[in-house]
Amino acid sequence: MINWIPGTYCSELLTVSLFRPGMGEFKVHRVRFFNYIPSGIRCVAYNNQSNRLAVSRTDGTVEIYNLSANYFQEKFFPGHESRSTEALCWAEGQRLFSAGLNGEIIEYDLQALNIKYAVDAFGGPIWSMTASPSGSQLLVGCEDGSVKLFQITPEKIEFERNFDRQKSRILSLSWHPSGTHIAAGSIDYISVFDVKSGSAIHKMMVDRQYMGVSKRKCIVWGVAFLSDGTVISVDSAGKVQFWDSATGTLAKSHLIANADVQSIAVAEQEDSFVVGTAEGTVFHFQLVPVASSSTEKQWVRTKPFQHHTHDVRTVAHSPTALISGGTDTHLVIRPLMEKVEVKNYDAALRKITFPHRRLISCSKKRQLLLFQFAHHLELWRLGSTVATGKNGDTLPLSKNAEHLLHLKTKGPENIICSCISPCGSWIACSTASRFFLYRLTYQHDNLSLKRVSKMPAFLRSAVQILFSEDSAKLFVASNQGSLHVGQLLEGRFRHLHTFQPQSGTVEAMCLLAVSPDGDWLAASGTSAGVHVYSVKHLKLHCTVPAYNFPVTAMAIAPNTNNLVIAHSDQQVFEYSIPGKQYTEWSRTVQKQGFHHLWLQRDTPITHISFHPKRPMHILLHDAYMFCIIDKSLPLPNDKTLLYNPLPPKSESDVVRRRTAHAFKISKIYKPLLFMDLLDEGTLVAVERPLDDIIAQLPPPIKKKKFGT
Amino acid sequence: MATLEEEIALSTVVLGAGPDGLLGVEPTDKADQFLVTDSGRTVVHYKVSDQKPLGSWSVKQGQVITCPAVCSFQTGEYIVVHDNKVLRIWNNEDVNLDKVFKATLSAEVYRIHSIQGTEPVVLFKEGAVRGLEALLEEPQQKIEAVISDEEVIKWTKFFMVSKHPVLIFITEKQQQHGNYFAYVQMFNPCTLSKYTLLLGEEEKTVIKNFTASVDRKFICLMSLSSDGCIYESLIPVYPSDGEKNQKVVRSLLLKTVVSGSAQKSVALTILDQNHVAVLGPPLPASKECLSIWNIKFQTLQTSKELPQGTSGQLWYYGETLFMLHGKYLTVIPYKCEASSLAGALGKLKHSQDPGTHTIPHFVNWETSQGCEPGSQNSEQSKRILRRRKTEVSLQPEVPASTQLLLNIKKDSEKHIEIELRKFLALKQTPDFHTVVGDIVAGLLGRCKEEPSFYPRNCLMQLIQTHMLSYSLCPGLLEIALEKTDVQMLQLCLQQFPDIPESVTCTCLKIFLSIDDDSLREIDINMESVSDYNDTAQDENMEEQTGILQNGFSSEEDNCNSCDPELNQKPQDATQATTSCPVIPQRAALLNAILHSAYSEIFLLPYLKDIPAQHVTLFLQYLYFLYLKCSKNATMTLPGIHPPTLSQIMDWICLLLDANFTVVVMMPEAKRLLMNLYKFVKSQISVYSELNKIEVSFRELQKLNQEKHSRGLYSIEVLHLF
Repeated sequence: MINWIPGTYCSELLTVSLFRPGMGEFKVHRVRFFNYIPSGIRCVAYNNQSNRLAVSRTDGTVEIYNLSANYFQEKFFPGHESRSTEALCWAEGQRLFSAGLNGEIIEYDLQALNIKYAVDAFGGPIWSMTASPSGSQLLVGCEDGSVKLFQITPEKIEFERNFDRQKSRILSLSWHPSGTHIAAGSIDYISVFDVKSGSAIHKMMVDRQYMGVSKRKCIVWGVAFLSDGTVISVDSAGKVQFWDSATGTLAKSHLIANADVQSIAVAEQEDSFVVGTAEGTVFHFQLVPVASSSTEKQWVRTKPFQHHTHDVRTVAHSPTALISGGTDTHLVIRPLMEKVEVKNYDAALRKITFPHRRLISCSKKRQLLLFQFAHHLELWRLGSTVATGKNGDTLPLSKNAEHLLHLKTKGPENIICSCISPCGSWIACSTASRFFLYRLTYQHDNLSLKRVSKMPAFLRSAVQILFSEDSAKLFVASNQGSLHVGQLLEGRFRHLHTFQPQSGTVEAMCLLAVSPDGDWLAASGTSAGVHVYSVKHLKLHCTVPAYNFPVTAMAIAPNTNNLVIAHSDQQVFEYSIPGKQYTEWSRTVQKQGFHHLWLQRDTPITHISFHPKRPMHILLHDAYMFCIIDKSLPLPNDKTLLYNPLPPKSESDVVRRRTAHAFKISKIYKPLLFMDLLDEGTLVAVERPLDDIIAQLPPPIKKKKFGT
Repeated sequence: MATLEEEIALSTVVLGAGPDGLLGVEPTDKADQFLVTDSGRTVVHYKVSDQKPLGSWSVKQGQVITCPAVCSFQTGEYIVVHDNKVLRIWNNEDVNLDKVFKATLSAEVYRIHSIQGTEPVVLFKEGAVRGLEALLEEPQQKIEAVISDEEVIKWTKFFMVSKHPVLIFITEKQQQHGNYFAYVQMFNPCTLSKYTLLLGEEEKTVIKNFTASVDRKFICLMSLSSDGCIYESLIPVYPSDGEKNQKVVRSLLLKTVVSGSAQKSVALTILDQNHVAVLGPPLPASKECLSIWNIKFQTLQTSKELPQGTSGQLWYYGETLFMLHGKYLTVIPYKCEASSLAGALGKLKHSQDPGTHTIPHFVNWETSQGCEPGSQNSEQSKRILRRRKTEVSLQPEVPASTQLLLNIKKDSEKHIEIELRKFLALKQTPDFHTVVGDIVAGLLGRCKEEPSFYPRNCLMQLIQTHMLSYSLCPGLLEIALEKTDVQMLQLCLQQFPDIPESVTCTCLKIFLSIDDDSLREIDINMESVSDYNDTAQDENMEEQTGILQNGFSSEEDNCNSCDPELNQKPQDATQATTSCPVIPQRAALLNAILHSAYSEIFLLPYLKDIPAQHVTLFLQYLYFLYLKCSKNATMTLPGIHPPTLSQIMDWICLLLDANFTVVVMMPEAKRLLMNLYKFVKSQISVYSELNKIEVSFRELQKLNQEKHSRGLYSIEVLHLF
């Protein structure tokens, strides 16, 4: 037995060295107190041209997923308290608009990742918005019952005219594919407008009856106008109804739920559509022939899917998949098996719950974790233990984790990014319009916080913040594509240099990595590849050859200055910065290819780190696994077992050596939001169990198990 | 309503149509193609939809065709006779009729008949009949004279009567006009019956044209007399033995459909059961007309004026009428839809496009493209072709299904059944599904045409292939319902996943109304019915009710106090449970109903139509089943595939929902309702308790989870190997 002197930081280090860790033996701080709740999904909008999906959440955040790049969340726009998004649509090709209850129509700048402009529609809260089939016009439905038409100009949008004002709010809108008519869902009725004259030509009353009982109101949550003149409506009485817009009559009605049907989306070919209900069920309807030889077709409810526990607020229909999202915060992408040509892993169901970016940073030196929430930051100090144990043991704590700080931002804007310096004395965070830098001082158990004043005026909004390893430099990626380098000295910030973006581009740099020696800075945008800057000489050093898939994480290894880059297609590259080329190992990996199970993982790698004493190791993780790649070992081929959860028992050393391969994987911690090496033998893992999230959501519609 | 559609005129330039018109128009093995023979030397093969000839053949100068060319449905070859005795057989590829197969016969031929499903037969002028194959084996064989010298054949027709070919021909005594005889020739066994047609009062009249249709027992011969009236005579198909010279009387069917004094010839043809087409001038002075008459209602349905005059000949094949109008061979598609109220109200949908009526009712996917019937006749010389025919019948593999489909159209039930058994025993091909569907469609089609045809065993076998569904053959249940074939209905209910609620309910009505005696005689699958009269467990049941109701003793239930009648007769109650209210056969049928899938909304309106006493009976049975269920702890019934508790309960609810107002008024249902009321009440309390327990369990589960979860923070050891 070894006697321990508990308490001090130094003794902890001693512990580890005496621990004599083997190939990969760690003490793991398993953290589950990151009380992160994703916001519910309000709208999804699919763009066929770019195969991208825009998702808006109830806190106003808008995320862009690239469905071609393994469903990677490549961009996001931070939320805003007063900006609840009620409608989201793509227009004019790839321009993204949203509208919400503050009455404004917003256009997003997908390059600079900020809001281009906001236009007040002057109709009260906006409930619905749709782009014309040609994409050149926008239509919004307002609280005051007005339907307003806007012309999209290259730079802005211009109000054109109002349609006939209706009695109550316009909750849903749909444009006839020919652009001549629109359908508008309101409370208790659906109106059909002639676009040219702007007058309502039909008013179709929706039955309020619900299971024989007259409800107070019947809200038409969604409408869809088909090219044959059929209007499909979904309403709060649980009905999906088909109307003939030429005569204004009800053609067919399906009662599909005991609760509201809240969303509808039609496939471009108009041969199938999808609806989502408040019971969490998604129904697929398809246009199928009445008899197999006849040409007469009818809409048939074909498949129900229950991937949600709560309201499905929104659905979308891509050519190959049904997409749904709702209050339970999951984005579900359900490929239609009959439309998927290759039955590979793309045909599997995707459930995206967590953001594909880091919300956590850690100070290794002081064993601190900084958690980023929408409107505040939390600082925690990890606990400690003096005990040892074998694999799987839970060690008794000599000191529990401690909540040190709750830092609330002022203003309605959500926090975009945050970072704590490795030494633990600096915290930086940014919203869409303000940049904050705090200086922390520790005196025994007391912690004092001071905001650094006199920040340069150009530091207003950051997409990514990073401290150098020695905490002496601060790197800030602004949303205009420029990178600011500042020096931190005696509690002050001094601007050193700004790397301007390549001429002509304004693409924001979403990911930053700095070498441990502080000489190199790597920055990656969403598409333009990775740029490596020399911090010493303050100039661009090189650009890593462009790759088709976006970068999900990157880091620079100590000593060798090899840049390790993970892409959304699960490829990992190692690029030597001094040599300006891919390393030998990276070439070998590319030649042999990754294990098929590695490539089939469906969450991106979000963090990469290195072991200070083991230069051959790369540590990385995604939401469901943590992996150490040992470059000295042979790569696994498709026949070898990639992941073996069982520890070896009595196998001889020979067998173990023969079956050993470069990938050491652990799937104990999940869903894993963050994992990093604190020191040689200590890891910190931040988990966010789904049950804890569900427990904090409003209760779903209760379905009785017994009786009726 | 019968309608004549837009006419198509086929050019007759190639035809040398004389004043006597054409020799004949005959169908070929392809639906849309016909052989037209003129009165001279030419045979033309027409494709009607394309309005053009596909081929034309002529005999040498000096020869004359004496009998219209026909197409053999078995080989696809064409047969014609010229100069009375010379038989020629050729096919599409042959160019010169002079060089094709030739057989010189020993007697003069009157007609060659060829219809679907049998080999062509040759009728000689003296009344003898030969099958073509037999004739070709020995062309010079002696042909006997059947009719007397003074008789001349006036008209003839060839039918299939339930798979057996029947030939009828009419002769007239040459010297004495007005003496007509009908001969009915049957094949294997070869019998000939002769009938004298009695013309009745109108002795003087001359019959200008004949037509005939056939049902199972009678040939219905219609004649158009020179007085312009249509008469009908019924000639039995099967000869009643005994009398040698039988007489047939004729009765007036339609009066003066054509002008009696018409100089030109007139023609008549039967279109279907109720309709005839008549060609001729309706008034002495008027131009010729084609008129469609409904003989049932004696009404003129439609008519079409033919101003350029006709040859007084009319042919009808499939759904097309042919006549020579002026210089053109005119083709008029004729259509008659069954009149119905829905049709009258304009609600009847055109279920099929006119062009698609020959296509079976399902998609053929890629598999069934290769098995188009009749594509095997091609190239080669006639001799090889003749041999090939026999080869084809020896090779069962490719056209096994095709052959079967052909058999269905003509063979006897027995024969079809044997063929079907053979077919089903074969290895299942990928297109087995489609073929089974085809077969059923074929059988049902024939059932519709021939009311007597009901191949029950075949249908049963086909249902048991598990390949059928209601939507594939909606006619099947319809026919079974029509015949009240409960056994078939039971099988369908068990096998088909998609029976509409209206049909399920019709079945239910039949099952409830059919009387016990006839049920006992029927062999019904009883596996879902275990011995319901088993009384051994009765005592157990009394004890178990306590457990079942989850601690709710019915004694404490306050509903008992308000129900003195029930309390007084506890023994009656037990008695009610012991005996099944229906006989086992009926129980088995009702169980089939309980198992069938349905949707409440659609079923309810139909349930309202069931008579009250049947509702009560069914309710009693359901209640009996429920009590039976509650006898054991698992709440299941004994037996193989018995109805489940939830099925029983759902049906009780449905029946009560639909018929409550009626049932509540019936004194005999009072006890039942009381029992059900009591039961529901106890059920509600059980469920409310269950819900309470569920909530408590959930709380417990939460507590348990908290205990199991590792808390918010821990330090663990991880060893990566």
